[in-house]
Amino acid sequence: MRIFLEQMLNGLTIGSFYALIALGYSMVYGVMKLINFAHGDLFTLGSYLGFTLLVWGNAYVTSHVGLAGGMIAAMLIAAIGIGTAGIIVERIAYRPIYPAGRLPAVVSALGVSIFLENIIMVLWGPRYQAYPVNVVPTLRFEIGGIHITLLQIVILIFSFILLAILYYIVQKTTFGAAIRASALDRDTAALMGININTIIFFVFALGPALGGTAGVMVGMYYRQISFTMGWNYGLKAFTATILGGIGNIPGAMVGGLLLGIFEMLGSAYISTAYKDVFVFLILILVLIFRPRGLLGEKVAEKV
Amino acid sequence: MKPNKNIILKNWPIFIVIIILSVSPFRMNNYWIDVFFFFGIYALLGLSLNIVLGEVGLFDLGHMGFMAIGAYTTAILNTHFGIPIIFLMPVSALAAAGFAWLVCSPIIHLRGDYLCIVTIGMGEIVRLTLINNPFGITGGPNGVFGIDFLSFGGPLVIDSSIESYFVIWIVVGLTILALINLQRSRIGRAWNCIREDEIAAESTGIDVRYYKLLAFVLGAGLAGIAGNIYASKLMIVSPESFSFIESCMLFCIVLIGGMGSIPGIIIGSAAVSLFPEIFRAFARYRMLIFGAAMVIMMVFRPGGIWPRKRGSVEFKSLLTKAGEDNV
Amino acid sequence: MFKDSSLNTEKLVESKPGEERIKIVQKIALETQKLTKKFGGLIAVNNFDLKVNRGEISSLIGPNGAGKTTVFNVITGLYQGDGGKVIFKGEDLAGKKPHRIIAKGIARTFQNIRLFSNMTCLENVMAGQHCRSKEGTWSSIFRTSYQKKEESEIRKIAKRLLQRVGLWKFGDELAKNIAYGNQRMLEIARALASNPDLLILDEPSSGLNDKESEDLMKFLKSLLKENLTILLIEHHMNVVMGISDWVTVMDEGKKIAEGVPEDIYHNPLVIEAYLGKEEEEEEEI
Repeated sequence: MRIFLEQMLNGLTIGSFYALIALGYSMVYGVMKLINFAHGDLFTLGSYLGFTLLVWGNAYVTSHVGLAGGMIAAMLIAAIGIGTAGIIVERIAYRPIYPAGRLPAVVSALGVSIFLENIIMVLWGPRYQAYPVNVVPTLRFEIGGIHITLLQIVILIFSFILLAILYYIVQKTTFGAAIRASALDRDTAALMGININTIIFFVFALGPALGGTAGVMVGMYYRQISFTMGWNYGLKAFTATILGGIGNIPGAMVGGLLLGIFEMLGSAYISTAYKDVFVFLILILVLIFRPRGLLGEKVAEKV
Repeated sequence: MKPNKNIILKNWPIFIVIIILSVSPFRMNNYWIDVFFFFGIYALLGLSLNIVLGEVGLFDLGHMGFMAIGAYTTAILNTHFGIPIIFLMPVSALAAAGFAWLVCSPIIHLRGDYLCIVTIGMGEIVRLTLINNPFGITGGPNGVFGIDFLSFGGPLVIDSSIESYFVIWIVVGLTILALINLQRSRIGRAWNCIREDEIAAESTGIDVRYYKLLAFVLGAGLAGIAGNIYASKLMIVSPESFSFIESCMLFCIVLIGGMGSIPGIIIGSAAVSLFPEIFRAFARYRMLIFGAAMVIMMVFRPGGIWPRKRGSVEFKSLLTKAGEDNV
Repeated sequence: MFKDSSLNTEKLVESKPGEERIKIVQKIALETQKLTKKFGGLIAVNNFDLKVNRGEISSLIGPNGAGKTTVFNVITGLYQGDGGKVIFKGEDLAGKKPHRIIAKGIARTFQNIRLFSNMTCLENVMAGQHCRSKEGTWSSIFRTSYQKKEESEIRKIAKRLLQRVGLWKFGDELAKNIAYGNQRMLEIARALASNPDLLILDEPSSGLNDKESEDLMKFLKSLLKENLTILLIEHHMNVVMGISDWVTVMDEGKKIAEGVPEDIYHNPLVIEAYLGKEEEEEEEI
């Protein structure tokens, strides 16, 4: 039981990373019907940006308060930086291609992905980079027999705040309603007076911004980052998006958290080596029985 | 009028390509012959993915999984049981095709992006399973080595670069002939109809499920053959050759070339296999350039380098046969 | 538009030898019994009975949202019905897949034209013969003599049909590049290519100008001579009254009247449910 709860907790932690990254896929897909394959590499870029900021900050600040402030600043700057990068990518690589249909945009996204991955390699070098260890003090708590680190608590709090804010924006505000309307039917939404360009700007800024923040948190959690990690996280997060129902924002959150939990439970009770196989099998099984994901609605195709 | 002469005159660019391809290996060093061998492998894989993606419009981002099944079938049966490679070619094709049929049957009804993620998942499951060395037969991350060369019996063993070059390009040539025939048949039409409008295709009498599965099975079979040739040329197969990124490259071959266009696929595979070689001098910037080139390519030619031209052949055949009543 | 009048009297597409086509002797070509279709809580079609007489043009009319297209979609198998029967040639077709239903002899067109846009007009009509041809994968790969013969048959039939609807000159054009009115005719030609016994047309004259829709109606009339039965959904009242032999009116998923056009025209229920709304619609336009 203790192992189960600890694995749940670990699952929730990495699940929250997946959820944050998945939101970027889901929002962009919802509005643009485009799988943004570059998203995973934007996440990596965020992680490297945070790495540089933290290393640089560590040289100046040592007090705990300062470090905490530095961490928040790193996340914030990574978010802004990657959000900007997201918008630039959209302008250069996607916007000119929309009229040509969806498939060329997929290739363009793959091209951006390869480009970003290699630019990270050129700028930071091909080797692993180690995140500074002292950002969050390595404290361990024991609550009811379950071990939890301060870092985990910090990460969970941050990501759940972010998820809650996004949930609020999308589900409760007028602007969120505009996003959801655009996701349902872009042309009709435009006719209803929704400024689609604002929505596109928003999703391409916010999605990558969340991904960039997740990048910093992944760096702090695993302490080690590499320029190729975007593929793996991107793939998992994309899986989470589909699991929840693509284009559906609460679906992406639920999908991400569930995926993290499945992965940790799979590695604890089945086999570490086969945990990813387990994750993909669950995805395929879910899709066989619910072809539009867990929270995806069954849409009757208009004939 | 002599029909043979006519064929050569009409299709002179094709014959020039064939002549160049058959003469050039004698003018190249082994390194470049090998580069062109891999160009051939990519061409074969591109053609096989083109059936699924180009003709039917199904997003398949796990195509390397089928090739892996073919390559490992060859590798395992050859190293453990000593079965000659030549017999394993059809066996690999059947194994990959059978695998495709098995995994695609329950998921073939999924639409667009949902199908896409399932094929990714399938490709990853294959790769991860191979890494994990089930029953100790796949050799884990190191793979299987010591695979024989392709042999036609007696002294006819394909053990040099130039010979394997011809093997792959002859297979590519035969595949192209088969695909042209398919494109011009009711099968090819049915595939294209599904790509254009699935609902209209169903209402026009096309068994959508059957033809989608057929595309997957044929595509996987061809990928299995590519796997067989690849395994016997390299004498080793290992899981990282069949990664998701490779599947993405195949996807790009089809789109860079032009969906459903056979000359386009050849050009696309040339771009993907030769580009990194030509830009080798740029060392670590070459993939950077490659990524940027993909984006620029799609911005300026979203339909691909050589999009498929439709019709005309069939239309002209009708014009010449009954010239008097062309209203 | 239809210059090739010599073809009018012969059957459009000859049945191939060995092909089993059930001879229809009864007067009713198609009958639905208590057809029902629900979308969630909404009952789109409610215990709907429809009769289509052989060799006639029957129309299904009703105000917007009455469930007409849904009835068509259930008949042609695109939607799974929630009850009831679709009887055609003495067989219940309910629940069968669309490609089986067209093979049985019911072909259809769509309200918002659904052509294979990036294929040529000729290819569109050739594709329409899919269920009447049978060469498989291997014979196509090796291009056997049977396969070649069948293909050339398919091409010839497609050519005849294109000439018949006056589109032969566009044979090599992509379907998306021809004019809207021509696209409608091409879709009908594609449906006819399957050599159907019953042709179901969903608002065939919508988007056509007066001249075009008049030509279309003449063309449909001419089809009747070739052992064809036609069922159509139509909005233009004058069109329906002009060519229909039998009219069924539906409103809110139910049948409210049926009869010959004159009776329908004077039926107070119909006037209330349908004609009133029709006028509103014309004002909007």
